[in-house]
Amino acid sequence: MIELPCPWCGPRGVSEFRYVGEGATRPDPATATPQEWRAYLYLHENARGWVRENWYHTAGCRRFFKLERETESNETRAAT
Amino acid sequence: MIDRNGKYSAISLITHGLRKSEWPRAWRAHDLRKSYDVVVIGGGVHGLATAYYLAKNHGITNVAVLDKGYLGGGGSGRNTAILRSNYLTPEGVRFYDRSLELYRHLAADLNFNVMFSRRGHLTLAHNDGSLRTMRWRAEVNKLQGIDSQVIDPAQVKELVPHLDTSDETRYPILGALYHPPGGIIRHDAVVWGYARAADRLGVHLHQKTEVTGIDVVNERVTGVRTNRGAISAPIVVNCTAGWSTLISDMAGVRTPVQTFPLQAAVTEPVRPFLHAVVVSGTLHVYVSQTDRGELVFGASVDPFQSYSMRGSLEFVEGLAAHVLELMPGLSQMRLLRQWAGLCDMTPDYSPIMGTTPVEGFYLDVGWGTYGFKAGPVSGESMAQAIATRSTPEIISAFGLDRFAEGELVGEKGAAAVGH
Ligand SMILES: Cc1cc2nc3c(=O)[nH]c(=O)nc-3n(C[C@H](O)[C@H](O)[C@H](O)COP(=O)(O)OP(=O)(O)OC[C@H]3O[C@@H](n4cnc5c(N)ncnc54)[C@H](O)[C@@H]3O)c2cc1C
Ligand SMILES: [Zn+2]
Repeated sequence: MIELPCPWCGPRGVSEFRYVGEGATRPDPATATPQEWRAYLYLHENARGWVRENWYHTAGCRRFFKLERETESNETRAAT
Repeated sequence: MIDRNGKYSAISLITHGLRKSEWPRAWRAHDLRKSYDVVVIGGGVHGLATAYYLAKNHGITNVAVLDKGYLGGGGSGRNTAILRSNYLTPEGVRFYDRSLELYRHLAADLNFNVMFSRRGHLTLAHNDGSLRTMRWRAEVNKLQGIDSQVIDPAQVKELVPHLDTSDETRYPILGALYHPPGGIIRHDAVVWGYARAADRLGVHLHQKTEVTGIDVVNERVTGVRTNRGAISAPIVVNCTAGWSTLISDMAGVRTPVQTFPLQAAVTEPVRPFLHAVVVSGTLHVYVSQTDRGELVFGASVDPFQSYSMRGSLEFVEGLAAHVLELMPGLSQMRLLRQWAGLCDMTPDYSPIMGTTPVEGFYLDVGWGTYGFKAGPVSGESMAQAIATRSTPEIISAFGLDRFAEGELVGEKGAAAVGH
């Protein structure tokens, strides 16, 4: 079982969490072109290696948090 | 002995069997040439079919297929081999149906038994919402001339007597979308058949050849770098499915692809009792029985992005619970194996095919959980796109620019669980 380090609850099984994913900076809706807006919606880094990403602890503290994960081995560590 | 140029046939099988000698290899190994007219990255069904149709339909034979591992080591050797064309959009239905047409004649075309069994495909509805989508799908399908209809629980029971069609379950079966021409195939045979046929037409198949870089000069592709040396080529095709983002990145082309693992599992073989493919979107599970008698189970993708191909206990636990909900009679069956493959998911559950802003760099990606059935039509149309330098009508809806233009091809309703 893959364990995720929740900063509030400590290490817990991955099935307690919901994956939120890569963080992306939202363009200003008032000035963004449709193309910029769609790039924000659809494009992904989809990196292989260590990434910093967002998760939600559904079956625990119900808080959003960031963690670091190696996307091929699924090794995880607290985000620095 | 059958030489490599000989055909497989019943007679060759008997004479060969009597001689008890080793079968010759079905394709050759080569040194890497310094240059090719076309380099195809990825030796799955898509890459091999593209190379085969380039050679067969267009006479372009100075072609290399490069794979970092072995042919069919990606999704093409890990999928659950379901073929169907009852999609939701007219573009999707026409496209996948052309693939089924090619699959029907593939064994004769490739001189390789691919064991296509058109046993019928059932998608179960457990609520009004899915029944509505199925009626919609059935109408779209019929308009495209495809055999597809909504049937009631009694008809479902007739086709698959082992399903619990009572109303005492948590998710009673309200009906199903029935697609008689759907079925299953022997996926490895498709891969090996394309590989052997492409080899015979002069295509070079290079296994254990990993692409590590792509050379682009003035927005034009000029070649690739590999662990075995550099190759120059004016045309490079990305057919690497779950790994495709890494290859697209090498060419500097951004795509809306995210890689998710998809798992499957197989039981011990039992006497044939299940004569159709059964899918339940609500229960996130599907099942079919192979010609050997094993039950093959699948589900939806794992809940987070990853390049890991490890199976998980959570997956088999959930799977078993849902399968038993549908067919309580299977409670004594034993699972033999489980595995995972990588799926290149797109926002609209449709592929990304054709040209990119980098001239000569083509995409045939975004195959998600449903791309095996598309192998033949994709190979045929990618070969045509490359040979004629124009986009064939049948893939014109699947271009990369549709995301910036906001013209998505919404197939989620027909592709999220039923692959
Ligand atoms: C469990 C499971 C069940 C599925 N069920 C179905 C189904 O029932 N029906 C259906 O239609 N589809 C199904 N699919 C989806 C289907 O398997 C894929 O969409 C399809 O096989 C993709 O084929 P491909 O040739 O594009 O890629 P793949 O077969 O994945 O081949 C890509 C190849 O690229 C190679 N590669 C990667 N990086 C490099 C590099 N840097 N250099 C060189 N080579 C590289 C890999 O080694 C690999 O062999 C399923 C998938 C899975 C995982
Ligand atoms: Zn928590």
